[in-house]
Amino acid sequence: MTVTLVFLGKLADLAGAAEREVSAPLDWPQLLAALEPGLQSAIAADTTRIAVDGVLLADKTALHAAAGSEVAFLPPVSGG
Amino acid sequence: MAITVRLLDAPMNPGAMIGPFTNAHPGLGGVCTFVGEVRGGEGAEALELLHYARMTLPGMEALAERANTRFGLMGLLMLHRTGVMYPGEPVVLVSAAALHRRAAIDAVDFCMDHLKAESWFWKREQRGGEWHWIEPRADDYAALARWQSPQA
Repeated sequence: MTVTLVFLGKLADLAGAAEREVSAPLDWPQLLAALEPGLQSAIAADTTRIAVDGVLLADKTALHAAAGSEVAFLPPVSGG
Repeated sequence: MAITVRLLDAPMNPGAMIGPFTNAHPGLGGVCTFVGEVRGGEGAEALELLHYARMTLPGMEALAERANTRFGLMGLLMLHRTGVMYPGEPVVLVSAAALHRRAAIDAVDFCMDHLKAESWFWKREQRGGEWHWIEPRADDYAALARWQSPQA
């Protein structure tokens, strides 16, 4: 079973794809270990938020995603 | 009271939306409408707005509810485009109906500031055939801070 990673905005360019599957379960150290260095630092940046199944994490280092969940990486927004 | 919030992936016609919205709220004292369009004339060929289906619309709906509670509206219409747009095309429309002018104007201002700085959209611009991501501006956050009074 896997966790789906969703890269939003410019993070999708950095990841080379909008989505990626990684093995479950997934916590913060496992996530960082699964990412290449450029992506790792972009996701660790203070301005990048993480949501699990549509709910924002107050502290992303508390990430704990089970099999079947969707983990989204949200860089700073620019809408309107 | 009617709140309508939508994400649109095809061109919208603001003029065709505002008449029916106004007519749906008999007895209103004021309607304020803002329409944001893709700016032309600065070398930008196209604009693309990306969103996250799982969070963008729910976030806009929550924003509309906050605006309604805060300003005591009679009606609120909030439409936002996604996808590729060209100069002159509408990107966003917010229209608020209220008993009094100030509530309608402030509600639209509040919604726009939050749509720009807090809603889940990512924007890129095409110049000279190349796409460039648009970073958030300090002005956008400053605009948001204006609403962070005790009742925010």
